[in-house]
Amino acid sequence: MNFLRVTLIRILYAAILLIAVLVLNFSLMHAAPGDVADTIAQAAGGIDAEALEQIRREYGLDQPFLVQLGRYIGNVLQFDLGYSYFYSDKVTNLILSRLPATLLLVISAQLLALVVGVVLGVFSARKPNGILSHFVTFLALFGYSAPVFWTGLLMLVVFSLMVPLFPVAGMRDVTIEGGFFVQALDIAHHLVLPMLTLASIFLALYSRLSRAAMMEVLGSDYVRTAKAKGLSPRQVVYKHALKNALSPVITLAGLQLSAVVSGAVLVETVFSWPGLGTLAFQSILARDTPLILGILFFSALVVIVGNLLTDLALRLVDPRVGGKR
Amino acid sequence: MSEPVTLPEEAPEQARHPFTEAWEMFRRNHAALVALVLLVLICVLAVIGPVLYGRDPYDMVWAPFTRPGENWDFILGTDYLGRDLLAMIISGARVSIIIGLSAAFVSIFIGVTVGALAGFYRGWVEEALMRFTEFFQVLPTLLFSMVIVALFGASLPMITFAIGVVSWTAVARITRAEFLRIRELEYVTASRASGARNAKLMFRVILPNALPPIIVQSALMVGSAILFEAGLSFLGLTDPNVVSWGQIIGSNRTYFLDASFTVTIPGVAIFVTVLCISLVGDGLNDALNPKLRAR
Amino acid sequence: MTEALLKVENLRIELTTRAGVAPVIDNLSFELGHGENISFVGESGCGKSMTALAIMGLLPEGVGRVASGRILFEGEDLTAASDSRLRDIRGNEISMIFQEPMTSLNPVYTVGEQIAEVLRAHQGLSARAARDMAADLLDAVRIPNARARAGDYPFQMSGGQRQRVMIAMALACRPKILIADEPTTALDVTVQAQIFDLLRDLRRDTGTSIILITHDMGAVAEMAERMIVMYAGRNAEIGPVEQIIDHPRHPYTKGLISCVPHIMATLTEDRPDLTEVPGIVPGLREFGQDRCLFASRCAYRTEQCLRQRPPAMAFDNGQLADCWHAETL
Repeated sequence: MNFLRVTLIRILYAAILLIAVLVLNFSLMHAAPGDVADTIAQAAGGIDAEALEQIRREYGLDQPFLVQLGRYIGNVLQFDLGYSYFYSDKVTNLILSRLPATLLLVISAQLLALVVGVVLGVFSARKPNGILSHFVTFLALFGYSAPVFWTGLLMLVVFSLMVPLFPVAGMRDVTIEGGFFVQALDIAHHLVLPMLTLASIFLALYSRLSRAAMMEVLGSDYVRTAKAKGLSPRQVVYKHALKNALSPVITLAGLQLSAVVSGAVLVETVFSWPGLGTLAFQSILARDTPLILGILFFSALVVIVGNLLTDLALRLVDPRVGGKR
Repeated sequence: MSEPVTLPEEAPEQARHPFTEAWEMFRRNHAALVALVLLVLICVLAVIGPVLYGRDPYDMVWAPFTRPGENWDFILGTDYLGRDLLAMIISGARVSIIIGLSAAFVSIFIGVTVGALAGFYRGWVEEALMRFTEFFQVLPTLLFSMVIVALFGASLPMITFAIGVVSWTAVARITRAEFLRIRELEYVTASRASGARNAKLMFRVILPNALPPIIVQSALMVGSAILFEAGLSFLGLTDPNVVSWGQIIGSNRTYFLDASFTVTIPGVAIFVTVLCISLVGDGLNDALNPKLRAR
Repeated sequence: MTEALLKVENLRIELTTRAGVAPVIDNLSFELGHGENISFVGESGCGKSMTALAIMGLLPEGVGRVASGRILFEGEDLTAASDSRLRDIRGNEISMIFQEPMTSLNPVYTVGEQIAEVLRAHQGLSARAARDMAADLLDAVRIPNARARAGDYPFQMSGGQRQRVMIAMALACRPKILIADEPTTALDVTVQAQIFDLLRDLRRDTGTSIILITHDMGAVAEMAERMIVMYAGRNAEIGPVEQIIDHPRHPYTKGLISCVPHIMATLTEDRPDLTEVPGIVPGLREFGQDRCLFASRCAYRTEQCLRQRPPAMAFDNGQLADCWHAETL
């Protein structure tokens, strides 16, 4: 019951955050020089002032700010984020067609970084002066300091150019025909480099934090209790210590979500991955304001949903979160 | 009967200036020390390098894609337009570092203000400010600043603002946590009891004691601001009339399969600079974090 | 004479610190019989907990080690036992409860699971049987509504309740020895009495030998038959509780006893002034020196005390005191 209530409150918060993003979106659009009418006029190759006024009235651009804002939010609630004059399509259609690629990249990179990061962290925490421990320190420094697009380009130079193991760009090879399995394999083949690149930053963060968390937990009283019970080292480390060390890592992973999405923009651009990032890049070059703001909204949505899931995961790991008290 | 063990006498504790003590701790971290020296060199290079080297980074001086070492006049080679890569990197250092510093300053200023107010006043102020912070946390930072730059123009001040305004949330969280901890300590209660006003309490009493973690975070902020600027200019969202490290990579990207050095070399510049900054940050952490000092 | 359940012989434990190697336990010997309750007494930092951890084989890795001496459990030397053999003994034949009930339970598992886990590990019980038995054990340590509380997490319980859970966990496999390391120090006074009552009753019912580590002389008088007074890693005095309280042979013991008013009142009628032992326990770097380590705080100090470590002086009533002046005291 309690669980349900907390979840509902979280969802309510998420909804409020989303509305706030919409307000920001609209305010940005309003404050920026030029409006939709100008864009249309540009697309049409210049129209006279009267026609411009006509368009403004049609789109309600002459209405007060709040009325326009209300209408904008109303539209978004009906999945209408406007029209992209550059692509001649609805913004929602464009975004939905690109969203799966971004989700695939972001989720796979985040999971890879988490799993490998935690494994590295746990192993290195058991031997604080071992080789692996120094490797984790090195990895953390590299991951933090290397610009992600540069890492991506280096990956391409090494693994596509010098040792041609992986494709240079895109998400699938159109010449490959076959069933679902063959297609999936092809996508996976294309996914490897972008995923590794994006994961490298966060792998560094997560391995360093899980190492620190694990070392702290291994020195705790309850781990001593677990040892005093006569449990095997495996049970002590993986059952008693790990579950406790996971919660700070999961919390950090939640906080990093917006950075993961940001990193994805650069990685997608480097690898021509057909996701929201490349779309954002192109829409900015084309000054396609409704599309840019639509992407900002959707990526915030991805982060918010991701945060909800993180919260859920955190509560599965740690009963103290969101319970009584 | 047991052997008596001889244990070395501990040096008598002397009251030393906190800066001396911090410097002692910092000096023990050799990596940080080396990084600090390198960082100073990079900054000196950024300031006087263009004068010393003398070659205009915009001049097309030689055949495009001259490889490094091919012509000793152009040690690092030339880019796709035949411009001297070394001149570009020296000139780019200035922009990257200035934007890194000033964007970090903007985000530290916002972050400390928000965090201090939230941690000091508690109650609805804290609630409202933390929701505000949360709101900025869900906006993908790079996309948001891309939008700002795209809508309002790619001038250097606008880029600085766009970076600073999206990356203050970590500073705010840290500042708030420190304020929440320190405001309960005895000396704060004491000066509150002696009639200190809120502004004095906040900035003269609590803030100086909250500084160590904020300073460490600030050092890291400079590094991430440099990375951020590199990302933006890699995407082409930068002042087209100014050379920066990210921009060199971005503009040569199309040709990197043929001339990868035009991409890798400026990347090394970014990497080394940010690496040095994070090593110095580590050193500062050793020097200023009293928890570690006990060990 | 029957074989002692636990026999510690000339135990020396060395601790590696930044400043060097220090003997935190220096030439300690004692015996524990079947069903006996022995108490370790002394101020903080005198090596009581180290002795307990050494018996459990849980000295901090890389920092502390048994340098010499033996720990014989039913004739088997634990200092030479393999890791897996020690794991079989820990929590099964010798178990331990700790000082900090607030942090000694794993916050992310239910208390029932944490008790059941010991039963599964050592008794090979099925998951269901272990769960049932965990609830019975919670009932045995007098946690009301035990079956429901087994599903609680530690943070949903009070300090006293958590310590009861620790006791249930320690007694789950009916161990031969229970080591209780200051089990009540972190608890309220009223709760302390309840925990001691519980321990006494459980001991009566199960016949478990108890090693009680404490700095509370009152608890010793109530709980134990024999006591060991430790000072700076060494034995100060050992013997039957009543004899020692009646006539301490070591100035440190004397000081400790005179700190506690009611023992004096009940045992001796007269009410001397409450005193305290002046000074503090010496730092680790003084440990191991060939002199009486208590001398700096001692009113009976002579030249000899500073020159040579006192040997153990034995008395007819079973008392053994490491003091040059034991006979004259």
